[in-house]
Amino acid sequence: MTKVMTSAKNVIVDTGCANLYSVKFAIERLGFEVTITDDVTIIQQAEKVIFPGVGSAKHAMKNIKAKNLVTVLQGLTQPVLGFCLGMQLMTESSTEGNSDDNASNIVPCLNLIPTNVEPLKAQGNRLPHMGWNTLTQVSNHPVFKGISEGDYFYFVHSFAAPVSEYTIASCEYGSTFSAAIAKDNFIGCQFHPERSSALGSKIIKNFLELDSTELNQELVNL
Amino acid sequence: MLARRIIPCLDVRDGKVVKGVQFRNHEIIGDIVPLAKKYAEAGADELVFYDITASSDGRVVDKSWVSRIAEVIDIPFCVAGGIKSENDAKEILMMGADKISINSPALRDPDLITRLADVFGQQCIVVGVDSFYNKDTDEYQVYQFTGDEKRTQQTGWNTFDWIEKVVSLGAGEIVLNCMNQDGVRQGYDIEQLKQARAKCSVPLIASGGAGTIEHFSDVYQQADVDGALAASVFHKGIIPIKDLKTYLKEQNIEVRPC
Repeated sequence: MTKVMTSAKNVIVDTGCANLYSVKFAIERLGFEVTITDDVTIIQQAEKVIFPGVGSAKHAMKNIKAKNLVTVLQGLTQPVLGFCLGMQLMTESSTEGNSDDNASNIVPCLNLIPTNVEPLKAQGNRLPHMGWNTLTQVSNHPVFKGISEGDYFYFVHSFAAPVSEYTIASCEYGSTFSAAIAKDNFIGCQFHPERSSALGSKIIKNFLELDSTELNQELVNL
Repeated sequence: MLARRIIPCLDVRDGKVVKGVQFRNHEIIGDIVPLAKKYAEAGADELVFYDITASSDGRVVDKSWVSRIAEVIDIPFCVAGGIKSENDAKEILMMGADKISINSPALRDPDLITRLADVFGQQCIVVGVDSFYNKDTDEYQVYQFTGDEKRTQQTGWNTFDWIEKVVSLGAGEIVLNCMNQDGVRQGYDIEQLKQARAKCSVPLIASGGAGTIEHFSDVYQQADVDGALAASVFHKGIIPIKDLKTYLKEQNIEVRPC
């Protein structure tokens, strides 16, 4: 007998990217149920939406368009948490290609948080920025409850969003960049909470237990 | 600050963790999943699983253990061995691995590195390099099929030329296995790793030779590697990860606390 899934409290958007299962397992380890789906209705009706991603913005946006999910994702009003490329796709655009490439390729993204993803200004540090790094500033955003400056998270990326009014946590690697950004119900982490040990799990738990009214509270800017 | 990584390496054969000396005479260490969990909880920064039989046997290998690992650990892990195509890579990554590492298949088909990086992103494509120092010729040479001593063979590549080549093709990280040092716990090959470091613009992981806590501080301080991989000192309980990190911190080496 096939069970047809018609609704789910927590969903992971199936962007066709490869790390869907590591995100699913991380959520299940915390004792929450979660469904991986690209079904428009299930995504729209979920209480919490997780938006993962690895690889290139161009490739991922192509998948999202092919699945007709662009306007669906843009219209979400419940809390949405993006991981890594998922965060980057929440911005206006991503500049792919390396920093000294003048003919770089601008990939339009979902335009949910008004900032742009650029090549990480690593100032001679090795790229990709890969490994455990500390947060240099952390705001009072409810998803970062219990997280402090100096806490380590796992990063793997060569592109980043600069520090802006939407930055809710920052990190330094050659230059300071956004470790996390947020606007209204959209929140994105550049690092991988699903691979960041106990502190990463804390962020996922904070998000899943978040009362969406908490997002209306005023943030202390960094 | 970006922490230097401590990476236990688990060689896998037929679903069990094994360990050999200089890539030979493997003995069974234990089951994969409990060991993976134990290392994650002990403060390892990352884990590498090498399916050591896969590349040299040419057979289809049961990889279901990859998703069993992904279910229980909350740190990144990399799977190596037998990944010869985009489909092989996709299967492993879909099961929850964060990175895949290729070695012999990259030597046979270097463009595979570029194809994998294009589809999955440079960040998850690791190239493993098995390097042997030939004292007679004073040369560092790349070997392949090192998982099976009967088929292990020298390639035409100089180690440092090969590293430059794979980085230019899109490798996101290099693991340099110094074969002369493997399993003998006499220290990392600092000289070789220093030369590799100079040619390697992406993260570089040292492998082969860890025997004491000081070997780790030496390799970070002298060869400037991003991570150090080790097996027997962790499997045999010679170096507890917590003690190792405490010592490194005292030496002013940036590490993530356990």
